[in-house]
Amino acid sequence: MRRRAIAPLFRLARNGQPSGAARRYSTHPPNAKLNLPVQYNKSAYLSHTAQTTLANPELPAEIRDAGNTTRQNLYQSVNSALQTALSTDDRAILFGEDVAFGGVFRCSTNLLDKFGPNRVFNTPLNELGIIGFGIGYASHDSANTAIAEIQFGDYVFPAFDQIVNEAAKYRYRGASEFNCGGLTIRMPVMGVGHGALYHSQSPEGFFSHVPGLKVVVPRGPVQAKGLLLQSIRDRNPVIFMEPKILYRAAVEEVPVDEYTLPLGKAEVLATGSDITIISYGTPLYTVEMAAKAAKETMGVSVEVIDLRTVYPWDKETVFASVNKTGRCMIVHEAPKGGGIGGEIAASVQEGCFLRLEAPVGRVTGWDVHMGLVFEQFNVPDVVRVLDMIRKTMEY
Amino acid sequence: MSFSGPLRRSLLPRSYRSIAARYPCPKRRCLSSAVNAAAEVPREPEGTKEVPMTVGDGGAGTSRPVKQRAGSDRLVFPGAVNSKFTNRLHFRKSDPEKAIDTYRVMDTEGKIFDETHGLDFDSMKEQTLKMYSSMVTVSIMDQIMFDSQRQGRISFYIVNAGEEGIAVGSAAALGEQDVIYAQYREAGVLMYRGYGLDEFMNQCFANRKDHGKGRNMPIHYTSKRLNFHPISSTLATQLPHASGAGYALKLEGKEACAVTYFGEGAASEGDFHAALNIAATRGCPTLFICRNNGYAISTPTLDQYKGDGIASRGVGYGIDTIRVDGNDAWAVYKVTKEAREIAISQQKPVLIEAMSYRVSHHSTSDDSFAYRARVEVEDWKRRDNPITRLRKFMELRNWWDQDQDSQLRTQLRKDILKAFNAAEREKKPAISKLWEDIYDTPSKDQREQMADLKDVMHRYPDEYDVGMYEAGENGVVSRR
Repeated sequence: MRRRAIAPLFRLARNGQPSGAARRYSTHPPNAKLNLPVQYNKSAYLSHTAQTTLANPELPAEIRDAGNTTRQNLYQSVNSALQTALSTDDRAILFGEDVAFGGVFRCSTNLLDKFGPNRVFNTPLNELGIIGFGIGYASHDSANTAIAEIQFGDYVFPAFDQIVNEAAKYRYRGASEFNCGGLTIRMPVMGVGHGALYHSQSPEGFFSHVPGLKVVVPRGPVQAKGLLLQSIRDRNPVIFMEPKILYRAAVEEVPVDEYTLPLGKAEVLATGSDITIISYGTPLYTVEMAAKAAKETMGVSVEVIDLRTVYPWDKETVFASVNKTGRCMIVHEAPKGGGIGGEIAASVQEGCFLRLEAPVGRVTGWDVHMGLVFEQFNVPDVVRVLDMIRKTMEY
Repeated sequence: MSFSGPLRRSLLPRSYRSIAARYPCPKRRCLSSAVNAAAEVPREPEGTKEVPMTVGDGGAGTSRPVKQRAGSDRLVFPGAVNSKFTNRLHFRKSDPEKAIDTYRVMDTEGKIFDETHGLDFDSMKEQTLKMYSSMVTVSIMDQIMFDSQRQGRISFYIVNAGEEGIAVGSAAALGEQDVIYAQYREAGVLMYRGYGLDEFMNQCFANRKDHGKGRNMPIHYTSKRLNFHPISSTLATQLPHASGAGYALKLEGKEACAVTYFGEGAASEGDFHAALNIAATRGCPTLFICRNNGYAISTPTLDQYKGDGIASRGVGYGIDTIRVDGNDAWAVYKVTKEAREIAISQQKPVLIEAMSYRVSHHSTSDDSFAYRARVEVEDWKRRDNPITRLRKFMELRNWWDQDQDSQLRTQLRKDILKAFNAAEREKKPAISKLWEDIYDTPSKDQREQMADLKDVMHRYPDEYDVGMYEAGENGVVSRR
């Protein structure tokens, strides 16, 4: 159905080094003050020292006490989670297109050598086959764990029927006599600067309309490792979406040992009193820059929430925040129409009506496809987020 | 059950027995030098050394180099490892004159052809009676249930007429540990395996005793006890499941295979292609049993495919394939038994195409005389029928006579009607079952929605018919 030109997708950072370096393919206007490249190595949403990592109260006590961390980018932390999953569960298998040699994004590096070809293997180039096979493996025995990779979120649609009609409904239709809860589907998602129509999509909205599925999006390596391991161990089919631009760009001190982070819980990344911004994945870093600019230029105090689990999502945390700030915005890369933002906005006006001081704002991708040279105009940027903060505050 | 022990070596293809310690990553597959930039990925030294092409098995690290020698008379290439060169330009054609043959054990009069086909019938009387009785039970149940749908007592039904031999003949050849993924016209498989009449009825009436908790349309059976996965309406989706389940059995080293049934219409779905291909490349002990009954609802096979049925495709996937007379329960039995042996001992899939004719309407929602002549159906019924054929086989051996047949049919009718009436009288499952089992535990939203429904029902008691549901209105939980 396609051929993928993957090589250019790796030119994400200077010399391909995992660092917060500038994105070379996208120059910013010489006089720009807001739409600047993301400095991942300075982001407060990523943990740059062992100390800040180990201060995370969600980590188990033994991890915090042991104090062992290592610098990893997101693909390395995914690799680490997969390695843990495979070594702690001998019924876990990992499969998909090109996973055997390490995967086109290196997420399964060395796993074939460690666990052998029966547990880590390539499949034919057929997405519905990959997911159908995974459902069969997982449904055969509820203790079985199937970790399927779809090479890009853009190519998950041939498997849509298998995911929506089979994976999501297996437990319900088999009334728990049968289920395929051991299935986890990983896929790289979101913009990468030059992915155009079929290497940039954010398909989470499609799956967040399907009872029986869980949809998870991590923002960085520490989150990815803990959330992925929990997704694999969770006994419901989970769709785990990895923002591909962060594979190399986002680097953190990641706990060496195994740990999990909870599904279905949002995380407050910055506390504030004037407005709540809800986002997940790549755009969080844009939100961070916009929040900083809002503080500097308008004195606005922004509360930022990383949704983490996009479906079923954590209403309690969001409502508590909006009931406190009285204003709310949602930022995501996917198109506006029918996106997650609409669901959150509707829920917020149900849950926080008497406290809302302004309409719920949405800064999203436009209702267009990701045209190659137009990405910078489609993906939510600092200006658009800041402008929506201004509008919401001035309402 | 754990995989920690070594895999049963005898079951594994040779390529799996010696996993190469190294896994060469030929440079042609490295997508970008940037891929190797990360510290823990050793970079291959830049060089012009020619990397041999390899033939692998799922990236198993057992790829063997393939070398095209100069002057060779054949193509030696990963994509086709042994193809002779020719200077004659000639396109391969599908030749209808050379259709794959159809295997038979007995003729339409129940007479065994000269060879015994390796079956010792004398020792199989018990089993034959069980097969016959299962087929007759299905056909009587079908008549009763079809009529009950016409009377509006159940919402939907699909009968198995003309295909009882495929389901029962294959089920008789399977082991209890073999896992079934069916389409919907295989009630005979469950009947032979020991699904109770009450279980069939409870499912069709969607009552509180139904394994599926009243959620599915009639005939969407499920049984953990019998290793029979829940049927879904979506066609062919179960095929790749059977590949995955076969793979699970392979890793467990079980003496069992996965079995999936599907019609020739479903074989046009992409899932068929996906399932057979991955089962072949991964070496899954999976039996693909196609019921080719000539029609997909109103669509005749002429509009379904242009090749030689479904069987001709199997070989293209590298799968052992056979075509069998689906009205010959013994032929189906024999073929399934052999196929199962191949699948388990050689750890690979097998495709069986069973030829039959869909005597019945597609379902209770279909009047098949809108697209085919009544005379065609009557002709088929008269000429050949799997139940009649097996009865004649038994009569020839003096195992069976008209009296026994009448007795059996009378008794079965009684038993089925008894189960029918009991199932019809049962209450429906509690309304809370609408929410349960979507996740392993209901989400907070689901609990709130259930409470919302309870609230509405409580305030508009005359608008909801809750009397037929277990616990009535109290079957909805109000836990927020």
